[in-house]
Amino acid sequence: MIAELGHFALALAMALALAQSVLPLWGAARGDARLMASGAPLALGMLLACLAAFGALLYVFAVNDTSVAGVVQNSHSAKPMLYKLAGSWGNHEGSMVLWVLILALCGGAVAAFGRRLPSALQARVLGVLGLVAVGFLAFILATSNPFNRVWPPPADGNGLNPVLQDPGLAFHPPLLYLGYVGFAVTFAFAVAALLEGRVDAAWGRWVRPWALAAWAFLTLGIALGSWWAYYELGWGGYWFWDPVENASLLPWLAGTALLHSAIVVEKREALKVWTVLLALLAFALSLLGTFLVRSGVLNSVHAFANDPERGVFILVLLAIYIGGAFALFAWRAPSMAPTGVFAPLSREGGLVLNNLLLCSMAAVVLTGTLWPMFADLLFQQKISVGPPFFNTAILPLAVPLVLAMAAGPLLPWKRAKLWPVLQRLWWAALLAGAALALCFFLAGARIGPALGFGAAAWLIAGAAADIIDRIALFRRPSAALSRARGLPRAAWGAAMAHAGLGVSIAGMAGMGLATDKLVALAPGGSTTLAGYEWRLDQVGDVVGPNWTARRATVTVRRDGATVTIMHPERRFFALARMTTTEAAIHTTWLSDLYLVLGEEEGGRAVLRIHHNPMAPWIWLGAAFMALGGGISLSDRRVRVSAPGAKRATGAAGAPA
Amino acid sequence: MRRLALTLCLLAGPILGGGALAVGLPSEMLRDPAQEQRARDIGHELRCMVCQNQSIEESEADLARDLRRIVRERVAAGESNAQVVAYVHDRYGDFVLLRPPFTLATAALWGAPFIALGGGLAAIFLLLHRRRALPAAAPAPLTPAEQARLAALEDDSAR
Amino acid sequence: MSDIPDTTPKAGTPEPGPASAPGLGRRRALMLAPLGLAVAGGAGFYAMLRGMGTGTYDPRGVPSALVGRAAPPFALPPLEAAGLPAFANTDLTALPGPVLVNFWASWCVPCIIEHPQLMQLSREGVKVLGINYKDKPADAATFLTRHGNPFARLGRDEPGRVAIDWGVYGVPETYLLDRGGIIRWRWAGPVTPEVLEQDIRPLLKRHA
Repeated sequence: MIAELGHFALALAMALALAQSVLPLWGAARGDARLMASGAPLALGMLLACLAAFGALLYVFAVNDTSVAGVVQNSHSAKPMLYKLAGSWGNHEGSMVLWVLILALCGGAVAAFGRRLPSALQARVLGVLGLVAVGFLAFILATSNPFNRVWPPPADGNGLNPVLQDPGLAFHPPLLYLGYVGFAVTFAFAVAALLEGRVDAAWGRWVRPWALAAWAFLTLGIALGSWWAYYELGWGGYWFWDPVENASLLPWLAGTALLHSAIVVEKREALKVWTVLLALLAFALSLLGTFLVRSGVLNSVHAFANDPERGVFILVLLAIYIGGAFALFAWRAPSMAPTGVFAPLSREGGLVLNNLLLCSMAAVVLTGTLWPMFADLLFQQKISVGPPFFNTAILPLAVPLVLAMAAGPLLPWKRAKLWPVLQRLWWAALLAGAALALCFFLAGARIGPALGFGAAAWLIAGAAADIIDRIALFRRPSAALSRARGLPRAAWGAAMAHAGLGVSIAGMAGMGLATDKLVALAPGGSTTLAGYEWRLDQVGDVVGPNWTARRATVTVRRDGATVTIMHPERRFFALARMTTTEAAIHTTWLSDLYLVLGEEEGGRAVLRIHHNPMAPWIWLGAAFMALGGGISLSDRRVRVSAPGAKRATGAAGAPA
Repeated sequence: MRRLALTLCLLAGPILGGGALAVGLPSEMLRDPAQEQRARDIGHELRCMVCQNQSIEESEADLARDLRRIVRERVAAGESNAQVVAYVHDRYGDFVLLRPPFTLATAALWGAPFIALGGGLAAIFLLLHRRRALPAAAPAPLTPAEQARLAALEDDSAR
Repeated sequence: MSDIPDTTPKAGTPEPGPASAPGLGRRRALMLAPLGLAVAGGAGFYAMLRGMGTGTYDPRGVPSALVGRAAPPFALPPLEAAGLPAFANTDLTALPGPVLVNFWASWCVPCIIEHPQLMQLSREGVKVLGINYKDKPADAATFLTRHGNPFARLGRDEPGRVAIDWGVYGVPETYLLDRGGIIRWRWAGPVTPEVLEQDIRPLLKRHA
């Protein structure tokens, strides 16, 4: 019964989405205030319908209703409740419902928080969001319905892939989708601007908070996925340039570029056409990711298994949304007159460089990801493009970006001289050089990590230099504190985000200095690594809700004192016939002690011991980046819409 | 070019994606740490054919284990990195190389960063240079009525 | 100032573009690029999806690096219990006709699926040569007793090194060699009746 209600809710959502797409857009074209105003209540209605559908999905998984196909394929009664619920989106059908729910959430947010937008703009944005929702709801109802029934219902389900039975599953997809799908809002803004035929400073101001929010969530989602891979998969690595990982990185790169170019639109009314294109591109890359993961054209450990028919449906949706948007762009954008003159060396110029480098990186990642597929299709050539390629190809673009990142925020608008800016960064350069030299000479003449630490110091010090410069700490120290209090939050947010990237790079550099050891120990035996003594106390059996495991107890000591006791496990899931390794991790926040239990032979257990310096900083840095985004978002100047909403003539003073 | 690429690779490898290793047996590791590190570096270049998208160093598959053993045997026997990679490449083809070979066919792939950067710069210059070469968009010529009004206004201000 | 006409464009009408036509043309061309790239990509993806349906595009399949080359040198011990002669690469020269080399194991489930096809081929007089991969002799012998023995020769590759020399990455795999001993075709996966009719028979005829 509940499943049928869920199914009905999806159909209802689609009907509302259809209304939401047609009525407001028509109203905006005709200038009909009532039709335009219909967008908000329809969006809220669709949100309610999607919530109902999602609630029904959670319910059937929670009670393990095996007459529902999705439950049978992906769940089992012995699973802990958390994984029963999270498992509802751990498969293709359920995750599509989550996707659409988040899209509806975005529509609801625009309806609720966008009341100060000019009615035509809000109507168009909601209309486009409704249009996207229609397509994906149709996809769910036609090809991927999680509420399909199975008769007769089997006794129990097939269970969830053991690797997915982890708290990470509860958070990674929702955060990721808030990011991916969040860029649908900026996409809608861009399409609305193209439909209206104008982009102005106000548009830049309205778009920025949505771009910031989507970007912050996507940052968290990607970081969580990386951390999850690190601790769950037992390999100790954190990024594999897997096509599905790249599919999430591409919108992130475009989104970062969008964030920055929107500033230029808002502050200087330049780069308008380019920013519109970026907004279209960010969501287009999200959609491309959706296609690659769910169509089966990709070879990846992450990809959902799927048939080509679903792939064709998604491709048609892509043709409509991406093709339509780019066609609209090609038609309308050329007639938007370029404005805003600035010297190449200026903050605008710096932001153009930022965009150029970020988009080049995105182009490289896209090329590397798609190359094997197209080489196979066009030339029947099977080649692999793996981490060695990506690591090498990204570097020549990442280095100038890092160098420019510290200087950029200090450049004045319109026209700048480089030397004064560099002078203000002299101590950051000094710190960077010191960090580089320190690492090089103390940690074994490894140039890679040394450069990484140098870059990290440069970025963090550069962010500090930005703040110091703004509050004139050394020029007028007495007034510095009051200036700091008056400094807009967006400035703090930007500095924190830039510093956050530095922290992440420091983490990556530290991982480059990781050491490890593979030993076979008998109970009581011990070994040393990185100044710690590791002693295997015993290996015993443990039973979990749907698994059995061999668990080792290892005492870690340093200088005679016990630092921690770690319990790596090797779990065996009877239903899936799979073994997973649960690494034991102890973090000192400056490094990770990482322990994996291998096979046992002749009374001895194989242990792989890792010392990962600075590893937690990788994800800490990402948290800072997202926090920086959040702080910027809380700045009222960023969120409150431009004065244009108050004046009757709209933002007439700033034609596109 | 090759040496530059190799240097870049050595820089990039330890910065990104380091530390991923499958659990094997201690007896499989080489005694000499320098050789073991070399074997690992080679292993990170070879794709696990079974699990797809992992290198043989990260994969727990049997085939990956066998290949790791072979790599270590050959490193211990004194072969160079290129020779060991060629041994595996000879048997499994281009697909096993995680670093795509640098040939005419893959020139666009390896050149991607420079093509993207160059293309972007070209587009920027194309759009900005043309704009700067143009005078600011000339306003539409005045109609006779507007010209008369302008003359009247000029007369006014001259007084 | 009120008598100066208001030239502010109304919402909904695009502003007049830059005056020069070639500049506009260049802008137009540049702004058509995203659409062009998207269309090209979309066409490619569509071709991939169609190919997946027909089998011409397989993201998971890998071609053999040995096609067009002679078999690598090897000399494998026999499976005593099966009473078959041993198998070495010297047996693969100067053949009377095309032969199949099949890698299999008793622990491999798809090998059971393909076994009837191998039996049929051997009954028809096609020489099927087997390499038993990473298997215990007793298990291999039991497998053959239970499912039948299609092999003219059988070698045991317990360490799995010979398989690596052939570029094998899973079992079962089947190779077709011509009478000169050159590898012409490799199939990774079980030889289903479709593979037998659509791939193997035409190839046997071509290299007869």
